[in-house]
Amino acid sequence: MFQIFTRQEIAPKTVHLKIEAPLVARKVQPGQFVIVRVDEKGERIPLSICGFDREAGTLELIVQAVGRTSHEIYDLQAGDSFLDVVGPLGVPTHAEKFGTCVLIGGGYGSGAILPMGRKLKELDNKVYGIVGARTKELLIFADRLQAALDRLFITTNDGSAGMQGLVTDALKAILDDEPVHYVVAVGPVPMMRAVSDMTKPLGIPTMVSLNTLMVDGTGMCGACRVTVGGETRFSCIHGPEFSGHDVDYDELVARQRMYAEKERAALEEYLKQKEQSLCQA
Amino acid sequence: MSGLSIKDRIKIPRHKAPEQPPEVRSRNFEEVCLGFGLEEAKEEALRCIECPKPSCVAGCPVGIDIPRFVKLVGEGAILEAAHVLKEKNILPAICGRVCPQEKQCEQSCVIGKRGEPVSIGKIERFVADFERLSGRVELPKPGASTGCSVAIVGSGPAGITGAFELARLGHRVTLFEAMHKPGGVLYYGIPRFRLPSDVIESELKALEYLGVEIFKDAVIGKALSIEDIFKMGYDSILLGTGAGLPKMLGIPGENLVGVYSANEWLTRLNLMRADLFPDYATPIEYGKNIVVIGAGDAAMDGARTSIRLQPEAVTLVYRRSRAEAPCRVEELHHAEEEGVKTRFLTNPVRFIGDSHYKLKAIEVMEMALGEPDSSGRRRPIPIEGSNWTIECDTAIIALGCDINPLVTRSTPGLELTKSGIVVVNTETGMSSIPGLFAAGDVITGGSTVISAMGQAKVAAKGIHDYLVAKKGLRLQYAAV
Ligand SMILES: Cc1cc2nc3c(=O)[nH]c(=O)nc-3n(C[C@H](O)[C@H](O)[C@H](O)COP(=O)(O)OP(=O)(O)OC[C@H]3O[C@@H](n4cnc5c(N)ncnc54)[C@H](O)[C@@H]3O)c2cc1C
Ligand SMILES: Cc1cc2nc3c(=O)[nH]c(=O)nc-3n(C[C@H](O)[C@H](O)[C@H](O)COP(=O)(O)OP(=O)(O)OC[C@H]3O[C@@H](n4cnc5c(N)ncnc54)[C@H](O)[C@@H]3O)c2cc1C
Ligand code: SF4
Ligand code: SF4
Ligand code: FES
Repeated sequence: MFQIFTRQEIAPKTVHLKIEAPLVARKVQPGQFVIVRVDEKGERIPLSICGFDREAGTLELIVQAVGRTSHEIYDLQAGDSFLDVVGPLGVPTHAEKFGTCVLIGGGYGSGAILPMGRKLKELDNKVYGIVGARTKELLIFADRLQAALDRLFITTNDGSAGMQGLVTDALKAILDDEPVHYVVAVGPVPMMRAVSDMTKPLGIPTMVSLNTLMVDGTGMCGACRVTVGGETRFSCIHGPEFSGHDVDYDELVARQRMYAEKERAALEEYLKQKEQSLCQA
Repeated sequence: MSGLSIKDRIKIPRHKAPEQPPEVRSRNFEEVCLGFGLEEAKEEALRCIECPKPSCVAGCPVGIDIPRFVKLVGEGAILEAAHVLKEKNILPAICGRVCPQEKQCEQSCVIGKRGEPVSIGKIERFVADFERLSGRVELPKPGASTGCSVAIVGSGPAGITGAFELARLGHRVTLFEAMHKPGGVLYYGIPRFRLPSDVIESELKALEYLGVEIFKDAVIGKALSIEDIFKMGYDSILLGTGAGLPKMLGIPGENLVGVYSANEWLTRLNLMRADLFPDYATPIEYGKNIVVIGAGDAAMDGARTSIRLQPEAVTLVYRRSRAEAPCRVEELHHAEEEGVKTRFLTNPVRFIGDSHYKLKAIEVMEMALGEPDSSGRRRPIPIEGSNWTIECDTAIIALGCDINPLVTRSTPGLELTKSGIVVVNTETGMSSIPGLFAAGDVITGGSTVISAMGQAKVAAKGIHDYLVAKKGLRLQYAAV
């Protein structure tokens, strides 16, 4: 069992958890993820690691409640446990001295870029961050990123914080200003795609962390298949980061939606049951 | 009873175990074969002529004393027969169900030369079930402690067998398993209607009695490397990680929505219980027409689980002919009885999707058989211009597996073949790294449950001998 030590709601429907996972914490590197399962009937879902403490044996995760399983996790409290936490999975972020790096996060991706930023800083890079959200209260980890990176750019669609616009507007402003040598984007597919479209003509190496569907996370099932540069890759063992310029995004999105109808029904069922048990209590 | 002459025995016709009728079983996940009752098992046992030099034993990869256990069944001494089985095979209820007997022990049975062989597998299953359900299972005990510890990576048939053998000898055994349940392919691959979960669980209980410590959710090569495990103080390691990396076709459209690997399809249904969605949270998606590509065990399991989901049609597509199909004869027969259609000498060339990336058809080509290839089977050759399409919304690719690279590629100095298979000394099971042994699909690229178990026994003996030499133990290996 993997206990939740702290739980904090950091944005609406979004929790930041610190959990017990000593085996994972010992080896984890930035860019890696875990697969978790809440209970015996639960689904195995992948979550990025946004912080870790090797000595304390803890990991930090950010979970956005989107479907049934992430709602189940959202509803867990400090003191509750995950039945399974498996990892660290995936290939760590490639880090070397690049020069100027820009890390871009949307949603839970704003958490995932934090350990990457720290690592790139250790290697003497100049590291800029960009985080975007629809509105101010949805911003995640802005304060931590601000503290850890050379500079943080914030964008909101409604202009309630930082500059009004999208992360790509901030990226464009940076690119207009100075040379950039490396870009990493973690977040919703349209965001990663837009970033890649912008850097491709400039030839700036750009990595995107793909959030494919997964089951085992160890290369056994192939659920996480993506087409990159015309080749089939398994994002759990070959990724999750791939060159953003080579990913077949349309296929990725179609595969992510494979179970959309069923997942919607499952979420409704879960929420209904939750309401009933609350009424009875 | 044993007053029967050989002539009389040979005259007894082979008993067939009762099965759920195809039209009933194709709508449920209950076990297909119902197994022998006591009388049938005893009568079938009488067909064995107790050969003084039994050829059947050589056909069994773990060398079960077949005439001895079968004779005991004929005499009605079932629990004694179970003990004989367990001298060599700790998973008899599993092997009695999934062994390809027709290619192993039964193929070598002398009675089979003229008529039909003794139904060894079904008798084995009966004996194991009888013992299991009798409540009088003889529990294994760990040997007196040797002070040595062995780590086992992977809990499929190879890892389980290795753990069992070594714990019985008194070594402290720790099993590391990547998934959340032990069992390997037994659990996530082979469907419940061939191998019910309670059968696996009860045979795996032996590990508990032997004090084997099981760490689930531990991905070796990621959470811990082989080097880390040695550093933790383990004296030796047995690698039994199987061959779990599904081969894909490498043709256009293989990542369309609706195209599964057999591993994913079966894992969702078996391990994750997608058949019980939404009670269980993992979904599975399929349409009216399911096409399964391949003709091995996984293809049969893919097709037969598909039929049970009751789509309009399930079609098996295979590029060679029926004669070359690598699956068990019984499974192909079962699949066809249940309504699976077959298209032999047919090879997919591309998957065709709609504008939403959803699979809608597969373009295939007809094949002809040429000269035998390196596998000894006749090579399929495409017939130019024979292309046609099969309408379908779901496809399951079942072409077998490559070796998963997580451990093998993260272990410097480990010798691999070109295709990534771990090279071992066939007499000891030791790899190119001293103290690291391997068994099962990771050294063959894919074979059978019982062969993996046989290799694990070789490796267990290899490990024991290695520890004897290294630590000056005085304990002799007593083969089980
Ligand atoms: C490497 C990786 C890292 C991830 N990191 C995080 C993270 O740190 N925090 C976080 O909140 N989410 C993360 N995700 C996404 C997360 O796994 C999914 O949101 C989760 O599986 C949704 O499950 P659900 O049952 O709640 O939603 P569902 O009802 O299953 O689906 C809701 C939506 O999520 C998408 N989705 C469904 N299943 C998956 C899946 N297995 N993987 C990806 N997307 C899926 C669907 O396309 C749908 O749009 C990550 C995904 C990957 C592959
Ligand atoms: C669908 C299907 C049906 C089959 N049907 C039959 C049949 O009817 N009869 C028959 O005899 N054979 C059958 N086979 C073949 C048989 O199952 C295998 O030959 C046998 O399971 C091999 O045993 P193993 O222990 O080597 O590997 P596996 O059973 O593959 O077990 C390997 C274990 O190691 C774990 N593992 C892998 N990597 C790691 C890691 N890095 N760290 C920790 N753990 C890890 C896996 O999760 C797994 O539990 C079938 C195979 C398949 C796929
Ligand atoms: S274990 Fe398999 S091969 Fe050996 S006797 Fe039993 S059924 Fe035959
Ligand atoms: S070869 Fe056949 S008849 Fe002879 S001992 Fe074996 S099972 Fe009996
Ligand atoms: S999630 Fe199963 S292979 Fe990647």
